[in-house]
Amino acid sequence: MLIRVGMSSCGIAAGANDIWSQLEPWAAGVPQLTLEKTGCIGLCFAEPLMDIIADDGHVYSYGNLNAERALAIAQHHLDCGQPLADALLHREDALIPFLKGQRRIALRNCGNMNPESLTAYMERGGYGFIGKVKDGFSPTDVIAAVKSSGLRGRGGAGFPTWMKWDAARTQAGEQKYIICNADEGDPGAFMDRSILEGDPHSVLEGMMIAGFAIGASQGLIYCRAEYPLAIKRLQIAIEAAEAAGVLGKDIAGSGFDFTISIRQGAGAFVCGEETALIASLEGERGMPRLKPPFPSEKGYRRHPSVINNVETLANLPWIISNGGEAFAAVGSPDSKGTKVFALAGKIKQGGLVEVPMGISLREIIYDLGGGIKNDKRFKAVQLGGPSGGCIPESLLDIPVDYQSINATGAIMGSGGMIVMDEDTCMVDLARYFLNFTQEESCGKCVQCRLGTRRMLEILERICAGDGQEDDLVLLEEIALQVKAGSLCGLGQSAPNPVLTTLNYFRSEYEAHIHERRCPAHQCKALIRYYIDPEKCKGCGLCGKQCPVHCISGERKQPWVIDEDKCSRCGTCMAVCPSKWAAIMVE
Amino acid sequence: MSCQCKGDAACCQPDIEAGMAALDALIDRYGDDPGNLITVLQGAQDIYRYLPLPVMQHIAQRMDIRSSRVYGVATFYAQFRFEPVGKHLILLCQGTACHVNGADQIETALADELKLKMGETSADQLFTLSSAACLGCCSLAPVMMINGTAYGPLTPDKARAIIRDIRKQEEAQGGVAVC
Repeated sequence: MLIRVGMSSCGIAAGANDIWSQLEPWAAGVPQLTLEKTGCIGLCFAEPLMDIIADDGHVYSYGNLNAERALAIAQHHLDCGQPLADALLHREDALIPFLKGQRRIALRNCGNMNPESLTAYMERGGYGFIGKVKDGFSPTDVIAAVKSSGLRGRGGAGFPTWMKWDAARTQAGEQKYIICNADEGDPGAFMDRSILEGDPHSVLEGMMIAGFAIGASQGLIYCRAEYPLAIKRLQIAIEAAEAAGVLGKDIAGSGFDFTISIRQGAGAFVCGEETALIASLEGERGMPRLKPPFPSEKGYRRHPSVINNVETLANLPWIISNGGEAFAAVGSPDSKGTKVFALAGKIKQGGLVEVPMGISLREIIYDLGGGIKNDKRFKAVQLGGPSGGCIPESLLDIPVDYQSINATGAIMGSGGMIVMDEDTCMVDLARYFLNFTQEESCGKCVQCRLGTRRMLEILERICAGDGQEDDLVLLEEIALQVKAGSLCGLGQSAPNPVLTTLNYFRSEYEAHIHERRCPAHQCKALIRYYIDPEKCKGCGLCGKQCPVHCISGERKQPWVIDEDKCSRCGTCMAVCPSKWAAIMVE
Repeated sequence: MSCQCKGDAACCQPDIEAGMAALDALIDRYGDDPGNLITVLQGAQDIYRYLPLPVMQHIAQRMDIRSSRVYGVATFYAQFRFEPVGKHLILLCQGTACHVNGADQIETALADELKLKMGETSADQLFTLSSAACLGCCSLAPVMMINGTAYGPLTPDKARAIIRDIRKQEEAQGGVAVC
């Protein structure tokens, strides 16, 4: 019997360490049992997770565990040879819809093996590329395979991967570089972290394939420092691969040299942009540079360089071993293959999903994600983070492919998908994103540096109830200037959250400006909390929890909020027992 | 025993000399290539938990880079800190999922519990309240990370309880001994 515990960052945050330390000493005393760690299977809503693989190969998954419960379930399996039916999340022949709707290529190993074991990766066909090289596979063969797969960069812009490679391959020069962009900076996105934590070797093999294609012998991984576990697992993977001779000089006697090193990003969103990333790797301030020359001509240290995203790289070993056509057979005509999304926000079942391109947003949110938390009303889904936009309910049936998403004004982005319900204020959300981009603007281009600041000021005053009649016109005017006058993707796309919300949710802006009202009851300056004396039973819970101590009253009598002192944090509303629901907001 | 100086007397100033051997070893390893400046700064911050000015000047001198450039690079990136941090560094996630799931309320609760504003360190040098753009644990939103361990999903009460637990542990160990 094999027991796997999901030990990615989010599993650990939910308590997987406790489970591990409970199971480990127990498992040590049971000879017929193996206990191992695994990465993220994607069912984040049910963390911490445990899989039990019986001797006949059946997989039983359990979720929402604590240490005692995990031990009890494992003991039950051991004693009875049967699953504990009422605790079961799913089994492989009766998958829950969250998993059933998925097609896993980039995530093929995540959650299914021990990410810290090279042997486990090899057993699943890992580093098969080396065999191909020994059989005479050439760089042009690799590029042809990737071209036929139709793979486009998964970092956001969606540029055809083979085209980038071909441009670098045909450059003269002995020294070339493959750079893995693992600076996953979009707030709300964690696809790359999960791949790095759950299957680091597939990223290394992907870099090796890309390096072979363009003639590079060195790879660099630029990983954000906020992902300590990903960095640790990458390090373990690199050391193991070097020791086994699948990475390094003259790999497995093939004559191909390839080494990989890790560099930590230092926390700058703009470094996700290729030329800024290169500047950062060179020890400079991460400011974008003018293109051309493109990185494929003059990149890292002025040598031809290709920058690929983590998910793009993780797809490559699968494409090489199964053929480009097999990848192209998945997805839609314009967008081939699959895309990983990080589903979060006001959703019942948040987590990581990999779906074939062309599936509708509605299917992802309602079939896989189970719909909206607390059965509230759906309002919008945000795609592409600070560079993307909000898509309203009327467009939920569009297919997820590059063309259709771009047509809405949002972008595919790297895969962050944040679902919002009726309680989310779209003006506040636009303000949130502009606050982010304004802070992260590197300051090189005036339109971006000052334009985002001016847009933020306007949004702040609208949220504060001081919006002016012509503010929306002014917002749109500045937005277009920022888009046109910025050198890199950060500035060119920073106005997208504002433009899409203005386009689809204009009435919310107008309510703020003309009626001094926030329809979602989020903007603190435009709302007030009060207690309905008919409903209040005088339990005093709200008064006890209020951080500014502004609620008072007698036991069993209706209580009162002192509005002058109230900070409008909403704590009282959250703690008032739902059977009474006496706290009102308007 | 808790330190009484509230962090401003000489006893609480970082001992630059104490980390110097480790800092020099770091520069010996990476310092030849100016391209490694960020790696060296990250290593220096690991040693001192922030970047004291004399440390940046030392790096500039030994790597033969103008100190203005070292400072320019360090201030560009959010990771680098120029003030000492408390023993427990609290990073409250500001990601989109956390924002729509009420990170504001967690901030209010933490600020009230710790009697600190965002970016401040407590007088006893035990806690620093800070934020991160996104910790990547979006399905557990709202989330915070304390010294590398993530906690979520939080409610204002849960966040307060976590702080109280840490405080209790510190008290059980006989208070803070940063000096």
